[in-house]
Amino acid sequence: MFPKPIENSNIITQSVYRVALPIVLIIWLLPLIAVALTSVRSGGDLFAGNYWGWPTSFNLLENYTSVFENTPLAKYMWNSFRVTIPTVLGTVALSCMTGFALAVYNFKGNLLIFFMFIAGNFVPFQILMVPVRDLSVQMGVYNSVWALILFHIAFQAGFCTLFMRNFIKALPRELIEAARVEGVSEFQIFWYIVIPLMKPAIAALSVLIFTFIWNDYFWATVLTQGVDSQPITAGLHSLNGQWISQWHLVSAGSIVAALPPVIMFFTMQKHFIAGLTLGAVK
Amino acid sequence: MINMNSYLKKNKLKIAPWLFMAPGLFMFITYVIWPIVGSINISFYEWDGLGEKTWIGISNYIELFDDEAFYKSLKNNFIWLILYMLAVPFGLFMALFLNQSVRGIRIYKSMFFFPFVISQVVVGLVFSWFYDPNFGLLNIIIEFFGGTGIAVLADERYVTYGIIAAGLWPQTAYCMILYLTGLNSVDAEQIEAGRLDNAKGWKMLWYIILPQLKPATFIAVVVTVIGALRSFDMVSIMTAGGPWGSSRVLAYYMYEKSFSEYGFRMGYGAAIAVILFLIMMVYITFFLLKMYRDEKANQ
Repeated sequence: MFPKPIENSNIITQSVYRVALPIVLIIWLLPLIAVALTSVRSGGDLFAGNYWGWPTSFNLLENYTSVFENTPLAKYMWNSFRVTIPTVLGTVALSCMTGFALAVYNFKGNLLIFFMFIAGNFVPFQILMVPVRDLSVQMGVYNSVWALILFHIAFQAGFCTLFMRNFIKALPRELIEAARVEGVSEFQIFWYIVIPLMKPAIAALSVLIFTFIWNDYFWATVLTQGVDSQPITAGLHSLNGQWISQWHLVSAGSIVAALPPVIMFFTMQKHFIAGLTLGAVK
Repeated sequence: MINMNSYLKKNKLKIAPWLFMAPGLFMFITYVIWPIVGSINISFYEWDGLGEKTWIGISNYIELFDDEAFYKSLKNNFIWLILYMLAVPFGLFMALFLNQSVRGIRIYKSMFFFPFVISQVVVGLVFSWFYDPNFGLLNIIIEFFGGTGIAVLADERYVTYGIIAAGLWPQTAYCMILYLTGLNSVDAEQIEAGRLDNAKGWKMLWYIILPQLKPATFIAVVVTVIGALRSFDMVSIMTAGGPWGSSRVLAYYMYEKSFSEYGFRMGYGAAIAVILFLIMMVYITFFLLKMYRDEKANQ
């Protein structure tokens, strides 16, 4: 293990480390802690310039209810879920199949298609912006959650195919060969042999894609406008414009927006990190 | 029918992959590959997004050459690229700091990872307050130490650096997690051998640990480059490109030209996107070449 395990060093170093850990953490999360504190302040506190001191009163319920009652925040949240969940399902379904095809079969153009998926995944979004917006308008889905769902499924297919393909490639090949000898059809091999083995990969990808899509801001502004279809990231931006200097509301909104991916991360942490690193560091 | 069936049977290994790939490939080509071609095409037109397209050849690109705002955005993108790279060593040092097994370390690690999980919109808002000249924590700290406050986001000299600093926060967390995982699989025997040879601290890190962390470093660099070139959210949230366009990056400038109050110049916007795409192609090619070598080596 590197660096040297701290429990092998003398007691002073150990204590210093234990004290330093929470201090560094607080400094690291200081901006976030400040927002959390601001979100429970009263308007009076902010008016009096008490931005960073201890709040004079804790208005947790007032501020958070006010955000939900006086703004369409709940609607934006709902839109985010309506975009994120179908995207996760669609992406996982598609990439299981593409990943399977690219990992199991040797055919001409295999590597070429695989590289196309990888390259597409790295492309700057902006080069897709005008044509994708145009396409969405023509299909009649512009300014609806479907514009976002369809695009996200297609774009995430790049990264997810890379991920699934590498995962399936690492499975024991003999399983598939043996099934073929037994006369099992290709689809049955996929469905009954490979899919059950892919559960950890599916879990990892789902958590990761959920976070990516939930946090998307660029496409939300390009493909949707208004309360009926905009997800929370874009919603927060427009609310920020309306709430000038009502920082306790802005910060309460930010905390609400950050909550779903944070909860996702905390409950599924193992899968999340496996996802980030399996697709990345082989 | 019988012939057909036997044909399918004989060639099922040839047909099956295409059936499996069909939906994914169709979506990907429609929404990613084809639009790239589309954008390159549009960049040769003058188009407001609704009316007729007018073919103007390379006029958009010629105009770019004389566009001060374009050079400013390009320059900012390079500043982003260079300074964003700091996330890689920062992430490494945080990973080294956290790579211990004291009690509760897992909770600590996940708390340190927090900034990466939350949306860049929230990160942007958080840092806008942090930098606020009237009540921002940054100025309180500066004034506490006897300096004079600065309005980071309203000052042409500092604005880009201010946004990059905010961007480094989640990016460092990302690199940290990559390195933490990398450190997990460092070979204990090599470290022991190193210790016997009296390698310590920096020497150990440089000669024994870092070579083993190469895959993590590679991915950290790749995701950081992509992050730097894609930087849009933060700029949009924190300054909307201002003051006076001084914090624009290509991704943002392109968006501004294509749809904003400055008019809908899709062709010009597409031309900017093509330039950004070409810069990115350098990295994509580099990445694919490495992948190709790995694939060949594995076969």
